[in-house]
Amino acid sequence: MKFKSQKIAYYFFALSMLLLILQIVYGFIMGFAHMGYDVLHDFIPFNVAVTTHKNLLVVWLLSGFMGAAYYIIPDEADTELYSVPLALIQFVSFAIVGVVAVIGFHMHWWEGRKFLEIPRPLDWLVALNVILFLANILLTQIKGKKSSTTAWVLTMGLVFIALLYLPGMIYFENISVDSFLRWWVVHLWVEGVWELVMGGILSYLLIKLTGVDREVIEKWLYVIVGLTFLSGILGTGHHYYYTGGPNYWLMIGGIFSALEPVAFLGMTIFAVQMYRKGNKNHPNKLALFWTLSTAIVSFLGAGVLGLAHTLPAVNLYTHGTLVTAMHGHLAFWGAYASLVLAIISYSMPLMTGRKLFDTRNGNLAFWLSNIGMLCMTAAFGVAGVGQVYLERIVGLDFMVVAQELHVHFFVLILSATVFTVGILLYIIDFMKHGLPSEEALGTEESFEAVAG
Amino acid sequence: MLSKRQAKIFFLGGTIFFAVIFLALSVDSLLNGIPKNTNAHLLTEQVARGKYLWERNNCMGCHTIMGEGAYYAPELTRVYSRRGPDYIRTVLNFEGGWGPRGRKMVQYNFSDNEKEDIVAFFEWVNKMDLNGFPADPPLKQ
Ligand code: HEM
Ligand code: HEM
Ligand SMILES: [Fe+2]
Repeated sequence: MKFKSQKIAYYFFALSMLLLILQIVYGFIMGFAHMGYDVLHDFIPFNVAVTTHKNLLVVWLLSGFMGAAYYIIPDEADTELYSVPLALIQFVSFAIVGVVAVIGFHMHWWEGRKFLEIPRPLDWLVALNVILFLANILLTQIKGKKSSTTAWVLTMGLVFIALLYLPGMIYFENISVDSFLRWWVVHLWVEGVWELVMGGILSYLLIKLTGVDREVIEKWLYVIVGLTFLSGILGTGHHYYYTGGPNYWLMIGGIFSALEPVAFLGMTIFAVQMYRKGNKNHPNKLALFWTLSTAIVSFLGAGVLGLAHTLPAVNLYTHGTLVTAMHGHLAFWGAYASLVLAIISYSMPLMTGRKLFDTRNGNLAFWLSNIGMLCMTAAFGVAGVGQVYLERIVGLDFMVVAQELHVHFFVLILSATVFTVGILLYIIDFMKHGLPSEEALGTEESFEAVAG
Repeated sequence: MLSKRQAKIFFLGGTIFFAVIFLALSVDSLLNGIPKNTNAHLLTEQVARGKYLWERNNCMGCHTIMGEGAYYAPELTRVYSRRGPDYIRTVLNFEGGWGPRGRKMVQYNFSDNEKEDIVAFFEWVNKMDLNGFPADPPLKQ
């Protein structure tokens, strides 16, 4: 690493890893419940488990994004972070809010609004916390000697994540209006501004790992995020087909959301082309694997599996079934979970000075988690298609169908076990790196790809 | 070839253009489309209390409504016409948790008034025009 303040990222990454493990625990609880073993029903009913699972996901991803920003922005702006104590305060308060929210869910302190379950008083603390974070990042950029497109795309993504959180905090008596604005948060996050964060982090990684000229990479970055908004903003309409919105959304949402995969395909081509153009000498093979897998698997999960149910004629039958859960898992995994794992794999050796670049653990972690997740996706997919056929086409009762699906959740749990072994190995490697050390300052040149 | 500046203009121009269209359509949806499709004039205080209870208890953490929620328990958009109000009242506080087919619902402790609020909420949702969702199963005899 170049600046010692970059190591603040470590705390955020460590928090991410911890919350990821917890998220998986709740995934298993739900997997067993779906299989007919809802043994924790009296203590952790399904609605507690699902809320905890999804919110832990969002919190660990945001923690990963913040860590990434604390690592990348000083480097790109070529200066120390504006304030380390402020960053520490922000970290501690972020962790506290996260923990309070998770405990609160178990005491039914929540708002039953999918993905935005954090209760209002905590929302305000989240907002305050994010302001601290953004202030620190923006002031670093302003005082910096350099200003790069990569850094600004990443920063703008983070600023808009904060702004778009606000419409989700308004109370409406009409559940349809409530849902309409909830998608401004959820959809415009994952299919909008989070892609700015993704584009920014991927460009940074590609610049570092392939040595391709920054100007070339950043030009394509603009094109890709341009395609994202061109399709993704009006693509929000795919959530307005059947939730009380006027019927023009069927047409508009259908056309534009069907174009969204183009932006994800753009990411794939972008990353693979830069890899092929660049030199292949960078020793951190694991970081490269994760970077490329992010670009590829996001296209499968978000692009292909999104397209599979985004047309109104299909969505009429798949809307709100396990088909949606299939897509949700691979999309979040490919685009955002893998992204965080990529930046962690890249930055940990640089922060700690330990070159765990191509370890057996690390390679196994990569393959097992990806294969496990693909199998989980298949299990959800088979269950989902079965559900759609039996319940929505043949017209059997929901619970009659649910019993037929038990076996697919058994497959889900087997696949999830493979996935979890992969994640555990990843975390073991993470811990083997140890803590960031100032001895690692200024070592990055010794393992940077040289333009070639 | 495309220059970096042109790429930037494409990004900013496209984003602003589509954001403006989106905002305009959203305003129209919020002011005209949704109130009409959801019969906003029938949204009484009782219905609003029912919606509050729906949220307060995170019913969406197991069920879906308008196709949104979790996939552990049945879709409830049309539960009012499918099962009727008495069935709904019975399910809510059922001793030991409602679960005729093994999978159990949480046992609640709603007052009689609260039960009526929830029933009123479902009755209102039941009347929404959702562009054909949920569809009649094509193969159902
Ligand atoms: C990385 C990007 C993406 C992520 C993380 C993601 C994640 C999700 C999640 C979690 C849901 C469930 C939401 C809910 O019901 O509350 C969902 C729904 C949906 N997604 Fe995505 N998605 C992504 C990209 C896409 C793309 C590119 C498309 C279209 C091509 C798409 C199409 C859909 C559709 C149609 C639904 C609604 C499913 C339903 O009606 O139940 N998604 N997505
Ligand atoms: C051991 C691993 C995991 C298992 C067994 C698991 C299982 C489940 C189950 C059973 C559901 C509930 C579906 C329902 O509503 O009935 C769920 C929801 C969800 N999980 Fe996981 N999960 C795991 C890991 C993950 C990971 C790693 C991610 C993200 C990368 C993730 C993202 C989600 C999302 C976004 C939802 C909400 C989906 C929706 O409602 O459409 N899960 N998970
Ligand atoms: Fe979406």
